[in-house]
Amino acid sequence: MDQSSALRGHRAHIVFDRASANRRTAGRALILLASLVFVAILLLQILHVSGVIAAGFGNWRPVLYAYVLWGIALGAGQVMIRGEAGSRALFVLPAALFTVAVVVFPTLFGFYIASLDWNLSSFEGPKFAGLDNLAALIRDPYYWNALGNMLFYSAMVLVEYAIAFGLALLLSAEIKARKFFRVAFLLPFMLSPVAVSWMIGKSIMEYRFGPAATLARLLGWDTPAFFASPWVARFSIEALDAWVSIPFVMVLLLAGLQAMPKEILEAAKVDGANAWQSFWRVTFPMMLPVSITAILIRLIFKLKLADIVINVTAGGPGGATDTVSSFIYREYRDRSNVGYGTTLAMVYLVMIIIVLTVLLRTANRWTRESQTIQ
Amino acid sequence: MLRRPAELSAVAAPSPRWQSDEAARRAKHIAGRALVYGALILWAFICLFPIYWTVTTSFKTAPDVTQGHLIPWVDFRPDWKGFRSLGLSPDTIFQTSTVRTEFLARFRNSIITSFSASLLALVLGSLAAYGISRFPYKFGPLRNNDILFFFVSQLILPPVVLALPFLVLYRELALLDTTFGLVMLYTLTVLPIVIWIMRDQFNSIPIELDEAALVDGLSPWGAFFRIILPIALPGMVAAFILSLVLCWNEYFFAALLTSTDAKTLPVMVASQTGSQGINWWAMAALSTAAITPLAIAGILLERYIVAGLSTGAVK
Repeated sequence: MDQSSALRGHRAHIVFDRASANRRTAGRALILLASLVFVAILLLQILHVSGVIAAGFGNWRPVLYAYVLWGIALGAGQVMIRGEAGSRALFVLPAALFTVAVVVFPTLFGFYIASLDWNLSSFEGPKFAGLDNLAALIRDPYYWNALGNMLFYSAMVLVEYAIAFGLALLLSAEIKARKFFRVAFLLPFMLSPVAVSWMIGKSIMEYRFGPAATLARLLGWDTPAFFASPWVARFSIEALDAWVSIPFVMVLLLAGLQAMPKEILEAAKVDGANAWQSFWRVTFPMMLPVSITAILIRLIFKLKLADIVINVTAGGPGGATDTVSSFIYREYRDRSNVGYGTTLAMVYLVMIIIVLTVLLRTANRWTRESQTIQ
Repeated sequence: MLRRPAELSAVAAPSPRWQSDEAARRAKHIAGRALVYGALILWAFICLFPIYWTVTTSFKTAPDVTQGHLIPWVDFRPDWKGFRSLGLSPDTIFQTSTVRTEFLARFRNSIITSFSASLLALVLGSLAAYGISRFPYKFGPLRNNDILFFFVSQLILPPVVLALPFLVLYRELALLDTTFGLVMLYTLTVLPIVIWIMRDQFNSIPIELDEAALVDGLSPWGAFFRIILPIALPGMVAAFILSLVLCWNEYFFAALLTSTDAKTLPVMVASQTGSQGINWWAMAALSTAAITPLAIAGILLERYIVAGLSTGAVK
């Protein structure tokens, strides 16, 4: 009895093993087949475009379809080969394949374009230029000017943070109509920066009859031209961007304040600390990790600043308000200079990665040290 | 030191000194309150005035704008001029209007693009976030934390880096000026945020629930769809709404990659500002129409937007 059941179990195991072995082989075959089809279509199209063979497709879209099919086959193959583990991998696979297709591949492709002398509006196609674009970039004063402006805009993140912290403290105080103030303070974040460019930049800050100009005249500034002289223009653009983005920083800090244990503040009060002391000695240090997160995320978004500048000043006066993004945008819009524009963007990306890595490392070490001290 | 006896006597019988102390404290308290509410009202004014100005300007005629009139019915008579130029005023709403047709087409594009992209990002992002939160992965040298970093680090990529390569790629793929092409890009811009929010959400759900479901005979996918997904719904709503806001307001990619068919609302708003002087009332009406959906969303869905934004800030 015992023996026979053991035997049956053994046989079942062998059958199961054979079935799963078959399934595994089928899975491998499926992935291999799909890869072959994908590579074949890719090669066909490359040969077609480079003029070696006549057969091919009108555009590259079939390659995209082949990639999607390959992705599906890869997923199915994973399940067939690895069973349970394969079906777990299916959770991450779609997002990973998507990201590879739309981020990793275009970025690598971008590095290739950056080495070309390519003007989309001229009839000549792309020419290999090697590092010529990079040399041109180093001599381009407007690019360095835009980078300098980015330094200014990035430094202003700290001011935005200070204001946002103040607002978060106000909202977490004992106040009436908290709901109203929370919604009102959040609203600027909801609005499209392009509409804001018009609403504030071109309308309220209009120098003849915009309300902001009228107010400035009342306060004694006779010629309230917000976008005429470099520094005033820079601060005006920054004010617009801050108006849109402060709510975001404020929400992060507010969440941090609400998660803070109330007992510690009460203990500080019992110990006789006044409001100022308990802020600097208790609230601020405890909020440090949240603050660093908020500042870093805000900085990441600040480095993308473009739409407000494009729509309000188009970089003027004389490039004083240009951001790297708005400068590259004009470089492309006005001159269709894809190769050079991409070089500018890629160099910017490398700089961002270096700066953010350094900042993240320092921030990490800093928070860890401040925590060990506590 | 000197005050001690006075305080002691104050306990026995209220003295003038005690009363003046109390009054001073009271005055300080009131001053503090006034300061707090003053600051709150000032900032609320800064936040709301531009919206008020835009909405009222869309009802002004040229002289009302140039004379800086502010309050309707008091210093100017509201007029449908702005909305008439959009074909959206009561007297033009039933007539044909090319501007209105264009506006509605852009509006529809914006809705389709932002909803599709947010939905796609939510599906891809939730699945990935659930996987990262639950199963130990090993893709080559990559572990779960590396995979998460790979996804979230896409956030630092500035749009310019992708814009020009995409311009070239989309030309070859015949995807320029298509809603589908734009949806792909918008999905990638919000995917890191969705993954970030959803991983936090799944991490806060105890893993014992999954284990119980697996014991009951459900597959990992069954456990995900039947047990975990319903619990994670609030987080998904927050992620979806936040994505919607970001996609709706996106301008950079839309300006570069669309020209006629797939143009979205922000591109239409932007293209009006440069041309032939400024048509105040028309621009104001257009801006009003463009920001109204989001302003309403902000008022009604504030809770979800705040929840989405503040995920991961506090650990």
